[in-house]
Amino acid sequence: MRIVGLETEYGIADPDRPGANPILMSSRLVSACRDALGGLTARWDYGGEDPLQDQRGMRRERRYATGDLLTDSPEYDEAARGVTLRRRRGSWEDPAHLNAVLPNGARFYVDHAHPEYSGPEVRSARDAVRWDAAGDVIALNAAQRYQEIEGERVALYKNNVDGKGASYGTHENYLIRRDLDFDALAVALIPHLVTRQIYTGSGRVGLGLHGETPGFQLSQRADYIETEVGLETTLRRPIVNTRDEPHALRKRWRRLHIIIGDANCLEVPTLLKLGTTSLILAAIEAGDERLEALELVEPVSDVRTVSRDLALTARLRLRSGEEATALEIQRALLEIGRTYAADAADAEVVARWEGVLDRLGRDVSEAAREVEWVAKLQLLGRMRSKNAGPGGEPLAWDDARLAAMDLQWSRLGDGLAWRLASAGAADRLTTDDEVAQAVAQAPTDTRARLRGASVVSRSDIVDAAGWSTVVLDRDTRHGNLEVVHLDDPHESTNALLDSLIGG
Amino acid sequence: MPQVNASGQPYEDDAPEPAAAPAAQASTDALDDLLDEIDGSLQTNAEQFVRSFVQKGGE
Repeated sequence: MRIVGLETEYGIADPDRPGANPILMSSRLVSACRDALGGLTARWDYGGEDPLQDQRGMRRERRYATGDLLTDSPEYDEAARGVTLRRRRGSWEDPAHLNAVLPNGARFYVDHAHPEYSGPEVRSARDAVRWDAAGDVIALNAAQRYQEIEGERVALYKNNVDGKGASYGTHENYLIRRDLDFDALAVALIPHLVTRQIYTGSGRVGLGLHGETPGFQLSQRADYIETEVGLETTLRRPIVNTRDEPHALRKRWRRLHIIIGDANCLEVPTLLKLGTTSLILAAIEAGDERLEALELVEPVSDVRTVSRDLALTARLRLRSGEEATALEIQRALLEIGRTYAADAADAEVVARWEGVLDRLGRDVSEAAREVEWVAKLQLLGRMRSKNAGPGGEPLAWDDARLAAMDLQWSRLGDGLAWRLASAGAADRLTTDDEVAQAVAQAPTDTRARLRGASVVSRSDIVDAAGWSTVVLDRDTRHGNLEVVHLDDPHESTNALLDSLIGG
Repeated sequence: MPQVNASGQPYEDDAPEPAAAPAAQASTDALDDLLDEIDGSLQTNAEQFVRSFVQKGGE
């Protein structure tokens, strides 16, 4: 499969101090993460220079910058591959942007007011599940160390909304060919992103930005999507994001950044989210004309329609003049995606995809072991019945106990989602041993191997690392740092780094 | 003050290992126990817990 990666912003709270500063807590958490790993972490490489950072504290967006401002761009160029030298700078780190590059090739850092785990580059949806689960373990270990160091508690939530209007993201990244027309790609991909909610949604108590309308919907993110295509991620959030930082050879690759997805606590949705989307991207790369028949007339409002359609019967208008349910569109996408399954890992995705659609089509409750919103809805339904009123009416959707369960669902350490899996009521794809290994080691078949191994075995000379660089500080270079460029995410070997890490 | 989110323990410590071949009945019993536990903890302070969960936007 293509190179993919998954980023998770965790909700963060001190149970004893509801007003505690989330930036400070996140910074302490990253610091605790470094400590928990015994210092086997590296700083983040923001590049040799940051020409868009304004001294007045503002940062100019790259798209507004003229060419003469982009003095850091040679690092993206093919000609600069290999190793380049960079002037050594001070080692001060901004506590509000604290970073840790981890032994498993991931990045754990403060993003705005949340801790974020950006998993390493992987080459299968199953590996994405493993290294995503590893992120949860790493974050939880950091939280436990935090409590030992700070003497205060911290709770982390793998969700996307607080019910008071705030939303934070779980972003997917897909490496795609640069030569694809981006607008055409967006049009072809949107029907999949709108309808995949039926098996990727993690479920949400409350409708509307502030959860102001009582009820339950499939997706955490649906109410925060306002436009089809755009650059922003925090306002006017788009179905397809246009941020263009490839972290790879720019003239060859694009990194598609998808921000519509929910954080998933169950494993099957994560497998399907990345696996099915990668297959549809393969269909788009191949110019598959069957996709045209699925284009939607009003995709933005369809996101909400699908999210609120618990019976999976709502009909969406297609540009062809026909109408179809999300389930019907997904069945058509399955038939298209099936054509592009290239290996055993893809075949597993197709089999799961087909099985889940069959079960959802027969009876939604049959998918409770695999589909997170169904599992959550079932547990909430049992709580509603258990606390039924004198006339037998179930607990109302605006009862705080249901909102509390929605939050408890995603809490790292004792979250209801993981307790369901432990009780044998939800499917797991990984074993604890596999996840433990993914905490300690990077994937071996991408450049993440070089990043992770450098951090683990040569922390004495690794000054910093980024997605496409490892920066070495060796005394032999007379005050310069050596920047090793890893512009191809597929390359898991590098002559210089392998000689240093003993690979 | 006890909170609904009082436990800082990893779930592995207080939940059984996944059954090799979970029988439907066993799973149902485990869910009943889980529901009883949630119900007990939520009776007192669910509202305060929900109200105090405030995040800043992200991304």
